[in-house]
Amino acid sequence: MTQVAWIIPLLPLAAFVLIVAAGPRLPGRGAYVSIAGIVLAGIGGLLVLGEVIRGAHADVTYTWAVLGARPITVGFVVDPLSAIMLAMVGVVASLITIYSVGYMAGDPHYPRFFAYLSLFQFSMLFLILADNFLFIYAGWELVGLCSYLLIGFWFERPAAARAALKAFITTRVGDFSMMIGILIIFLHTGSLRFDEVFRSIQGGALAGPLLTAAAVLVFGGAVGKSAQVPLHVWLPDAMEGPTPVSALIHAATMVAAGVYLVARTYPLFLASPDHAALTVVAYIGGITAIVAATMGVVEDDIKRVLAYSTMSQLGYMMLGLGVLGYTAGMFHLITHAFFKALLFLGAGSVIHAVATNNMKQMGGLARAMPWTAWTFIAGTLALTGIPPFAGFFSKDQVLAAAFAHDRVLWALGAAGAFLTSLYMGRLIWYTFAGTYRGGDPHATPDGGHGAGGHAQPHESSAVMVAPLVILAVFAVFLGWVGAESLGNPFERFIHFAGAETPPGGFGLLVLSIAIAVAGWAAAAAIYVWRIVPSETLRQALPWAYTLLARRYYVDDVYAWVFIGVGGVVVRLAGLFDRYVIDGLVNLAGWLARQVGLGLRYIQTGREETYLLLVFLGVIVIVVVRLVW
Amino acid sequence: MSGEAIVFYLLAAVTLASGVIVVTSENIVHSAAALVPSFLGVTGLYILLNAEFVAGIQVLIYAGAITVLILFAIMLTEGGTGFGTRQRNEQAAVGAAVAAAMAVLLIVIATRTGWTAGSGTLPLYTPGVIGQSFLRQNILVFEGTSVVLLISLMGAILIARRED
Amino acid sequence: MPGLTHYLVVSALLFALGLFAVVTRRNSVAILMGVELMLNAANINLVAFNKYVAPGAMQGQIFALIVITLAACEAAVGLALVLAAYRTLETVYVDEINLMKW
Repeated sequence: MTQVAWIIPLLPLAAFVLIVAAGPRLPGRGAYVSIAGIVLAGIGGLLVLGEVIRGAHADVTYTWAVLGARPITVGFVVDPLSAIMLAMVGVVASLITIYSVGYMAGDPHYPRFFAYLSLFQFSMLFLILADNFLFIYAGWELVGLCSYLLIGFWFERPAAARAALKAFITTRVGDFSMMIGILIIFLHTGSLRFDEVFRSIQGGALAGPLLTAAAVLVFGGAVGKSAQVPLHVWLPDAMEGPTPVSALIHAATMVAAGVYLVARTYPLFLASPDHAALTVVAYIGGITAIVAATMGVVEDDIKRVLAYSTMSQLGYMMLGLGVLGYTAGMFHLITHAFFKALLFLGAGSVIHAVATNNMKQMGGLARAMPWTAWTFIAGTLALTGIPPFAGFFSKDQVLAAAFAHDRVLWALGAAGAFLTSLYMGRLIWYTFAGTYRGGDPHATPDGGHGAGGHAQPHESSAVMVAPLVILAVFAVFLGWVGAESLGNPFERFIHFAGAETPPGGFGLLVLSIAIAVAGWAAAAAIYVWRIVPSETLRQALPWAYTLLARRYYVDDVYAWVFIGVGGVVVRLAGLFDRYVIDGLVNLAGWLARQVGLGLRYIQTGREETYLLLVFLGVIVIVVVRLVW
Repeated sequence: MSGEAIVFYLLAAVTLASGVIVVTSENIVHSAAALVPSFLGVTGLYILLNAEFVAGIQVLIYAGAITVLILFAIMLTEGGTGFGTRQRNEQAAVGAAVAAAMAVLLIVIATRTGWTAGSGTLPLYTPGVIGQSFLRQNILVFEGTSVVLLISLMGAILIARRED
Repeated sequence: MPGLTHYLVVSALLFALGLFAVVTRRNSVAILMGVELMLNAANINLVAFNKYVAPGAMQGQIFALIVITLAACEAAVGLALVLAAYRTLETVYVDEINLMKW
C-alpha cells in the first residue's frame, strides 16, 4: 500500500468529480459517494500507517520540467510524519463526513457541500504527501480555496460571504510570504525537493541571516494558515460556515497544515544560526496561545469560544516545535485533531438542537442530550489537560519542552493552560448545566441552518451521535500512545535528531495538573458557586472586558491600515488610471481628430487649389532630391 | 557683344515681357492680344536655333490659329465684357511663390548640370528632309498625331455644338 | 554668344509665367493661355537641346513639331469644353464652378 499511497488523495478527488457531474442523482444525493471516498482513503491511510510503523518507506518522484540542465522533480513521500497525518486526516474526516449527513439534512444545497468536502479532503491529503515545495504550495492554495468555498457555503448571508473573503485574503498574505521564502530557497539551492534542499543547506548553499529570513518567510505561510498572531483575524469569523466545516477545516486539518509545514521543513529552521527562526516560531506560538485564550473568556458564541481555543492550541503546537520539542508539537497536533473535532461536532449537535449559537440562551442540555453532553465533557477534559485524557500527555510534553528551553515561554504556556480550563469550564456551565434558558427555538434567529430545534431540545440522531462517541474514545485513550511510562512509542515513531523532548520530571507534571485544576476551580468559583460573580468582575475591570471583547482592536487597526490607508492609495491609482492613462489614450484620439479637422481644408473642391498642390508637390520633390 | 547675343536678348525680352502681360492683365482681351508678340518672340528664338521649319510652323499654328481660337472663345463666352471682374483668384500670393520657386529650381538645375556639348554642326533641316523623316523613321508618331488630330476635331465639334 | 544655358533660362522663366497663369487666373480661357505658354517653353528647350547637345539627330525638332500639333488639338478641345461649360453653368470663372465644393 505504501508504494501506491499516492492513490489515497485521488479517492476523494474522484468523489468530488462524480458529485459535481451527477450530484443529486447519486445515492444519498452525493453524500454516500463522498463518504465512500474518504472512508476508503481513511482505510488506506491506516494501512499505510501500519506498514510505516513496521518500517516501510516510499518516495515516488516524477520529472516535472527541465530547467536548463537541471531537471525539476516532484513527487510524493511516505514517511512516519506523512503516515501519521494520513491516518489522522483519514479517520477524522471520515467521521465528520458521516456526521454531516445528519447535520446538513434538509439543506437545499446538500450535494454541493459534499462535493466541496471531498475536494478539501483531496487537497489536504495531497498536501500531506508532498515531498517538494511546489506540491505543498499547490496543496496549500487548494485547501485555502476549499476553505473559502466552505466558509461561504451559505453565501446568501452577507456575514458568511464576508467571512469567506476575509479568510482567503488574510491567508493570502501568509501564502505570499511563503512563496517568497520558497523562491529564496529555490534560488540558492536550485531544487524544490525537501531532501535535496536540506542537503544543500547542510552543504552551506543557504546560510546565515538569509536562511533565517527564508525560514521565517515560509513560516509566514504557517502563520496565515494556522491563524497565529498577527494573521489570526480570520478564524473567529470563519465560524460562519457550517459546523462540520469548522470541525474539519478549522480545527483538525487545515489549520494543522501550518504546524505540519514547520515539522516537514524542520531542518530549514534548525539550520538557522542561534535557532533564530525557531525562536520566532516559538514566541509567535506562545503569544498566540495566551492572546487567544484571553479572548475566549469573554465570548458568548459557543463556536467562537472553540475557535479561540483552536487558535490557542495551535499556538501550543508552534511553541512546542519552536523549543525543539518536535515530538511534543506533533503529538499535540494529533491529539488535538481528535478532541477538537469532537468538541466542534458536539457543539454542532447542540446548535442543531437549540437553533442558536449563543451560550447565554442554552442550559440544562446535559439532561436533554446526554450522549452529546458526556462526549463533549470528555473532549473538554482532554483539551484542558486533565489526566488520563489525551490532551494531558501532549500538552504536558509541550510545557516540559518549553520549561527546559525558555522559562518565559513556559510561563506563557502555563497561563494559557489556566485560561483554557477557565473558559472551557465556563462553556460547559452555560451550555449543559442548570436549566434551559432559551425560548422556543423557532422564535430565536436561526444560525442559518435549515432544520431548527423543537420546543424542548432533544438528543440528535444516531448518525450524528456515533461519530461523537468514536472521537470520544480517541480523546480518552489516544494519549497513552505518547505516555512516557509506556516507553513513549509515539516518540520512537516520530522524532527528529537534535530535537528530543527531555523528560519533564515529576514536579513539572504535578504543576501542570495543578494549573489545569486551578482553572476549573476558578471557573467554578465564578459561575457555579458565584463566589465572585462574572458581573462583578466585569464592573471591576470594564476596560479589560472591552479590550477582550473587541479582540484587542486588531481588526479595527487592520481595517484602518488596509482599507483606510490602502483605500487612499487605491483611489489615487484610480485617478491616475482615469486621467493619465485614459488621458493619453484620449489624447491620441483627440490628436487624430484635430489633424483630420486641419487637413480637411485641403479638400476644397476647387480645381485651382488642386493645381496649386500639384505644382507644390513637384517643387517639394525636386528640392528634396536636390538637397538630400 | 556679338550680334547674335543682342538679337537673343531682344527676342527674350519681347517674349517674356509679353508673357508678363498675358498673365497679369486685368483685361482678358489684352491678355489674348499679348500672346501674339510672345509667340513671335519664340519664333525668333527658333530661327536663332537654326530651326526654320519649326519657326514657320510656330507662326502658322500658334500666332495664327491658336490665338484666333482663343479670341473666338473669349467672344463666345463674353468674358471680355466683364471689365470690373477681378481676374486673379485669392491664392495669387501662394501661386506667385510657387511659380518663382519653380523658376529658381529649373534655373538651378539647368546651370548646375554639365551638359555634354554635342559634336558637329547642325545640318540644314529643310521641309523636305523633315517630311522625309516623318514618313520614314518617325512614321508612327506622324500617324498617331494624325489620329489625335482627327479625334480632337471630332471631339471639339461634338462637345461644343449647341443642343437644339 | 548665347549658349545652351541662356535658352534654358529663358524657357524656365516662360514656364514659370505660364505656371503663374494656370494657378492664379480666374478665367478658364486665361488658364488655357497659360498652358500654351508652358508648352512653348518646353518647345524652346527641345529645340535648344537639339542644336547644342545632339546636332546630328533631328529628333528635337520633330518632337517640337509634334508638340505644336498636339497643343493645337488640346487648345481646340479645351476651348470647346469651356464653351460647353459656359452654356450650362453660365460662367467661365473657375472659382464659381464649385458644385463639388464642401
